[in-house]
Amino acid sequence: MAANTKETGKEPLFHIVKRTDLPMWKSWLIRIGAVVASLIICAVIIILLTGDNPIQIYGTMVKGAVGSPRRIWALLQGVAMLLCIALAVTPAFKMRFWNIGAEGQVLMGGLGATACMILFGKTLPAPLVLVLVIVVSIICGAVWGLIPAIFKAFWNTNETLFTLMMNYIAIQIVSYFTYIWSSNKGNNVINTINVDTHAGWLELPPSIDKYGYMLNVIIVGALTVLMYFYLKYSKQGYEISVVGESENTAKYAGINVKKVIIRTMIISGALCGVAGMLLVSGTDHTITPNTAGGRGFTAIMVSWLAKFNPLFMVLTSLLIVFMQKGAQEISTVFGLNNSFSDIITGIIIFFIIGSEFFINYSIKFRAKEVEAK
Amino acid sequence: MIAAFIHRAVMQGVPLLFGATGEIVTEKSGNLNLGIPGVMYVGGISGVIGAFLYENSLADKSQANGFLAIMIPLVCCLLGSLLMGLIYSFLTTTLRANQNVTGLAITTFGVGLGNFFGGSLIKIVGADVPSITLSTTSKFFSASLPFADNLGWFGEIFLSYGFLAYLAVVIAIVTSLFLKKTRTGLNLRAVGENPATADAGGISVTKYKYLATCIGSMIAGMGGLYYVMDYVSGVWSNDGFGDRGWLAIALVIFTVWKPNFAIIGSILFGGLYIVHNYLNQFFPAIPVNMSTQELIKMAPYVVTVLVLIINSMRKKRENQPPEALGLPYFREDR
Repeated sequence: MAANTKETGKEPLFHIVKRTDLPMWKSWLIRIGAVVASLIICAVIIILLTGDNPIQIYGTMVKGAVGSPRRIWALLQGVAMLLCIALAVTPAFKMRFWNIGAEGQVLMGGLGATACMILFGKTLPAPLVLVLVIVVSIICGAVWGLIPAIFKAFWNTNETLFTLMMNYIAIQIVSYFTYIWSSNKGNNVINTINVDTHAGWLELPPSIDKYGYMLNVIIVGALTVLMYFYLKYSKQGYEISVVGESENTAKYAGINVKKVIIRTMIISGALCGVAGMLLVSGTDHTITPNTAGGRGFTAIMVSWLAKFNPLFMVLTSLLIVFMQKGAQEISTVFGLNNSFSDIITGIIIFFIIGSEFFINYSIKFRAKEVEAK
Repeated sequence: MIAAFIHRAVMQGVPLLFGATGEIVTEKSGNLNLGIPGVMYVGGISGVIGAFLYENSLADKSQANGFLAIMIPLVCCLLGSLLMGLIYSFLTTTLRANQNVTGLAITTFGVGLGNFFGGSLIKIVGADVPSITLSTTSKFFSASLPFADNLGWFGEIFLSYGFLAYLAVVIAIVTSLFLKKTRTGLNLRAVGENPATADAGGISVTKYKYLATCIGSMIAGMGGLYYVMDYVSGVWSNDGFGDRGWLAIALVIFTVWKPNFAIIGSILFGGLYIVHNYLNQFFPAIPVNMSTQELIKMAPYVVTVLVLIINSMRKKRENQPPEALGLPYFREDR
């Protein structure tokens, strides 16, 4: 915008100034405004497509998301899984390490869990299998995060592109093992593992937890609080923010930047491993190349929209999962395609991303007197 | 048999070549557009919508006009992908949003848009056809030179493709020359390497970023169009395009940001993408089962990672990503 001036040789009509003094409530007002605006746009699109009353449609969405105890638990499970991966990528992002490889790290964690359940399910006692599942899935996720971190730390290899490629390598490895372990040779599907013994299943007795999602929600809840304190009050969390702000400052302050990068990515990968373990051992009891289901990418947006604050991430992931479940209900009711929820998610994210501009910058219009001259 | 393999590899490679050329133009301006997979979906579905409306407006499908049958989907495709490029540029350049987050949102949105219209177009338009099958328009897209069949292996390898395949090669060569030989290309590279210096030198950073991203998106969108109209003969299937968009981004790294290398690279990647189907024919002595094929499909990504690592270790100046790739530029922020 400012660039137009040079060509015309005139004063710009307005210019953009960075601001840091916006009070908290005002910035949240802007964000809420953006969400409301996006919901209105979504409503317009829904009316154009279905020709129905928008209020009724949002009613359908609410019913689809929280209409019954089963649906509420399914919503909570969706939020927990998305939140867990968002928590995982956050320390890396705070360090300005763009870990977009969460999808692959989750899959590798899930693969570790699957391997333990299949290989040791028949031979070892069930509690021991569960311990193995937890340890191995965390290690698998951590290793998948560690590989790009080492190359970033020592050779400054572009981590965005590296982690992106690692996703697809992980997907192919999982496809390979789904063939190897498929229940009927060649159909490429692993049936529910250890149905009879429940070895390696992470679960509460059905009398407490009717739908099987409660333990996942509790674990992720605990992780959220832990991550909040780790980032905000621990020495390591502080080091992460310093490296993220300026690597040179960090070096000058005596922080070992390489060590921080590697350590943080191990944590990030390990948490993704936990997410994979919760998906495989705590929910599906099997694995497909689609187990992560794109959450690794959505989680990046969740984390970023919440300004890397774990407590706000609960809200952003709730918003996104709520809209997805609601949009799925609309597509079922009106016979539309299921991908409708992706469109809705995309529009909401565009608006929130756009609103950040008005929080970080203010537009100063040129004073009237100057124009008169 | 080898000619047939190369023929298929080239057909696999063309969407990748479009995507990679588009992404190179975009990245040279410093914008890391991770929305390319979404843009390619939108390019494909926009073309499908155009072709679908055109075919349904015809009373008799044999009366289809070749010029209109090609231009309507092509223009729709360009407009659709231009729109996605504009959304990306507006959010990242004007509103200075984070490029990774914006790009991923574009991908979610674009893939969703493609699958949604692919699945619901018939219902929305209210047409009485069972599925989207655009064989009439597709025939014009995949028409190859009439004498290609008479020339044996030479015809099969070089002359047997629809016009979009040759367009992809031409665009890649033109882009390569543009970046290397022209003043504007030099300016574009300057914007991607160091926008502050470019700005001080009198180059409009905003204009270059917008133009490069939008033109890049339009080129990439044609990859989606080629896939639906030519490669799969006008039959849209949801998620059929698969991970080719990410493979195109991988190809950008593999060819170290050089569109002329991408021509060979795309055929190589296309070959790696389908080689698992041919291994049993080439080497009957070594049986390759289904599970190993999954590992072979990993090859393009592994090769890309290796190229990325080797380039970062060798630190050769001309093989590095644009210096300011992924960073927003704000003039007053120095």
